Amino acid sequence: MKQFVLSIQVANNIGVLTRVTSLVSRRGYNIKSLNVGETEENSFSRITMVVEGDERTAHQIVNQLNKLYDVSFVRILEDAVCREHILMRVGTTPEDRQGIIEITNLFKAKAVDIGEASMMLELTGSPVKIDKFISLLKPFGIIKIVRTGISALERD
Amino acid sequence: MLMKGSDIIVECLLEQGVDTVFGYPGGAVLDIYDSLYKYSDKLSHVLTAHEQGASHAADGYARATGKTGVVIATSGPGATNLVTGIATAYMDSIPMVAITGNVSCSLLGLDSFQEVDITGITLPITKHNFIVKDTAKLADTIRLAFRIAESGRKGPVLIDIPKDITQKSAEYERKEKAPAFKTPAADEKDVMEAVEMLANAKRPYIYTGGGIISADACSELAEFAELLDAPVSSSLMGQGCFDQTNPRYIGMLGMHGTKAAAETIKNCDLFIALGTRFSDRVTGNTKTFASDAKILQIDIDSAEMGKNVEAHKVVVGDVKEVLGRINKLLPKQNHAEWTANSERMAKELTVTMKGTEALPVTPDYLIETLDRLTEGNAVIATEVGQNQMWAAQYYKYRNPRSFISSGGLGTMGYGLGAAMGAKVGCPDKVVVNIAGDGSFHMNLNELVTASKSNIRIIELVINNDVLGMVRQWQRLFYSEHYSQTTLERPTDYVKLGEAFGIKALVIEKKEDVERVLKEALEESKTRPVLIECRIDKDINVLPMVPAGKSITEPIMEIEI
Repeated sequence: MKQFVLSIQVANNIGVLTRVTSLVSRRGYNIKSLNVGETEENSFSRITMVVEGDERTAHQIVNQLNKLYDVSFVRILEDAVCREHILMRVGTTPEDRQGIIEITNLFKAKAVDIGEASMMLELTGSPVKIDKFISLLKPFGIIKIVRTGISALERD
Repeated sequence: MLMKGSDIIVECLLEQGVDTVFGYPGGAVLDIYDSLYKYSDKLSHVLTAHEQGASHAADGYARATGKTGVVIATSGPGATNLVTGIATAYMDSIPMVAITGNVSCSLLGLDSFQEVDITGITLPITKHNFIVKDTAKLADTIRLAFRIAESGRKGPVLIDIPKDITQKSAEYERKEKAPAFKTPAADEKDVMEAVEMLANAKRPYIYTGGGIISADACSELAEFAELLDAPVSSSLMGQGCFDQTNPRYIGMLGMHGTKAAAETIKNCDLFIALGTRFSDRVTGNTKTFASDAKILQIDIDSAEMGKNVEAHKVVVGDVKEVLGRINKLLPKQNHAEWTANSERMAKELTVTMKGTEALPVTPDYLIETLDRLTEGNAVIATEVGQNQMWAAQYYKYRNPRSFISSGGLGTMGYGLGAAMGAKVGCPDKVVVNIAGDGSFHMNLNELVTASKSNIRIIELVINNDVLGMVRQWQRLFYSEHYSQTTLERPTDYVKLGEAFGIKALVIEKKEDVERVLKEALEESKTRPVLIECRIDKDINVLPMVPAGKSITEPIMEIEI
């Protein structure tokens, strides 16, 4: 199954996120990730949604979403910069600490909080890079992860 | 000028040209009803027995008149009782504005008495919905609701109005009704390619849906059919968009479509779908549907393109506009032999119905007699099930907006309310609701509405004492296990009618049919009337294509 990144511009009305997400699930499509925020104009928000399916599925979702009154436009992003942000707490022992810091530096991630038994790390990057980062840190014991989901912007 | 919220609501309805609303009062809409009282000389209100009946009436009114139907209900149960009616309108793309009261803003979200999140509940069954939390925004919200309901592919819109919003005042200034949002003109290249496909077709097949009626494109269709010289078929929702007495018309297509419509699909080389969405009740197995033909689809909704059936060419646009353009570009075609063949099949490949000695009346005879006596000019509403299919099969619809039926949702209990709405909208037309005894019992309470408000409909109950359509499936696919479908209810229709103040007539023998129908037509000039027509329980709807099977191989006979 292919993944599609949809960029959906919506009017900043109450309940608009519910309208969009419930339509997608109602039509039987699965949302892989979701990211919402205001745009350059505060009357509009942009939703970046990753869905899985075939070409036909993706076009169905776009067409269905386009019918919502609050949706101003929907685009399937092909040539776009995709970024995701992650916060992660990793368990540390004094022996492990150096190893974790090495991986953190290698990924140009940041340690944002250090306690006696754990560290909080922050990274922004492509979803692939983030997956890799997580897998390398797994052996140290991951306590908690928060991922924002992809935000994406088309290239010029 | 400064005006109370509830008055603003009524003023805005008047701005929109609304003459009648259907509804039911309650706590949260007390102020709205107070304004309706004040404006009663300008806006009439039909009080139903149940909010569901009001929602179907608003829907029937919309289908019969082409205007947006309006229904008002109170908060909580009043609002939830509209749900089936709204969903029915949504599935069939019927313009409707539902106004619900709600608890005051300060009580929202606190599980207050008769509070329900109706915008949340109706999210998947409305084109859009609103909750108004500022009286200053009330007028523009109502105007926008009508605009959304009436634009593009039409549908229901709900406005939820908390009680305090109807009580507070705001500045109001009358505005002219805004036109619908413009549907973009179809792409020039698409239209040209469509014309080329049409000009190259040897055996074209025109298949029409409800979109023709809602786009008001019936005259364009009639011209198109002549130009292209092709047979015409229709979906359930498309009944009446093409004059069915025209020999080109080869019957309905789908699960209970005609054999001729199915046979013609087998051999056509171009299948032209106009204002239709390829419902599963029409396509059967989509893999074998018109598999030897090219498919050209013209529809206003791009989301219908490739949803159920993949067309070779699609034109997205208002079917009236697109057909108008095609009619100007397409040279006159000649497919005399092809058309004659379809017409011959339409005459020859018919099914026969048999009654029993005890119950000799058959639905085809009943409905064909009704067709003859009303000269095809009645508005026919239906319930759902066998009654609905027979009404579609045996009445010859000449006019758009003359067949009022819940196609997409298949709502039993729809027809009586819808028929009343249709009659209120078209008081000069004969309006008949063709019902079954199962559907009738679902919402028969609305007979009292017809009686009290003297809505002069004919309620024609075809009583076979069973849930006939389900029984038919149980016979064919469930080893004749007639689980909970043998109703045999002791209802005395004559007494029931009398109890509601309605004259009831009974048809038992063939010779009763014409006499009783004539009497009912006469009676309905002054009063609503109820007819019970008793038929045998084993009369089936034929032809029949089992779900998911190829549309080209309908069952023509079922052994009893």
